[in-house]
Amino acid sequence: MTLINGNGSPNRIQTDPLPTGPGGWPRQYDGRVPPVAGADDWVLVTEEPLPVAEALDWAVLPSCGAVVTFCGTVRDHSEGRDGIVALEYECYREHATPRLAAVAESARSRFPELGRIALLHRVGELQLREVSVVVVASAPHRAEAFDAARHCIDTLKATVPIWKRERWAGGSDWASCAHELHEASDVSR
Amino acid sequence: MPLLRVFGPARDAAGTAGEQFPGADVGAVLDAACERYGPGFADVLRRSAVWLNGEPATRAHAVGDDDEVAVLPPVSGG
Repeated sequence: MTLINGNGSPNRIQTDPLPTGPGGWPRQYDGRVPPVAGADDWVLVTEEPLPVAEALDWAVLPSCGAVVTFCGTVRDHSEGRDGIVALEYECYREHATPRLAAVAESARSRFPELGRIALLHRVGELQLREVSVVVVASAPHRAEAFDAARHCIDTLKATVPIWKRERWAGGSDWASCAHELHEASDVSR
Repeated sequence: MPLLRVFGPARDAAGTAGEQFPGADVGAVLDAACERYGPGFADVLRRSAVWLNGEPATRAHAVGDDDEVAVLPPVSGG
């Protein structure tokens, strides 16, 4: 790993080129698109637009009668700030997907009937209305699917090392609504 | 020397994504970073989580050349 200077922009850590998986699919950032064959948890951090429809299609199993999809999208305001035009997400790359996997694990221990779980997060710069995060949860019945999806997004927001910066005309700053970082196993409902 | 990585507001305060600092434990690395980066960084550090190799750590944790200490301000993913 080499630390490089970015000509006045914040320093970036230079990383190695991303490898491809066995099927030739690019390992876009961390995680795989599509997910590992046979797996029931799909976690992904990527700079590419999120595969929402693919995640929904992947999550439905014959044993599941309910699938809930939550998408977080870029909004034009936050507390005390109007006119937001873009968000920029950064993450602690090496530990973001393991922490997403921990969120999925916490959901499975709380909701043992779950079928499949997808937790997908985009990083980099996003414009208004773009999807920043996707949670998909499938289960035999809707109560668990809804509850698990809510648990997943709430836990993700408190446990995954990702930070967002809000940009507006004439300025930018880190999101003021931020959570002290916890472990997924410590987050209670 | 162990590597210190800083994120979000900590990165802004430090003016860098991270660098190596001497130290036998997490506390020494953090103290060296505060010495170099100043009180603004120290303020952010006070409200940040600290990880060693991806796990929560205390100042007393020993560190070596292959270790990575990270300063993680309150998160805002999702």
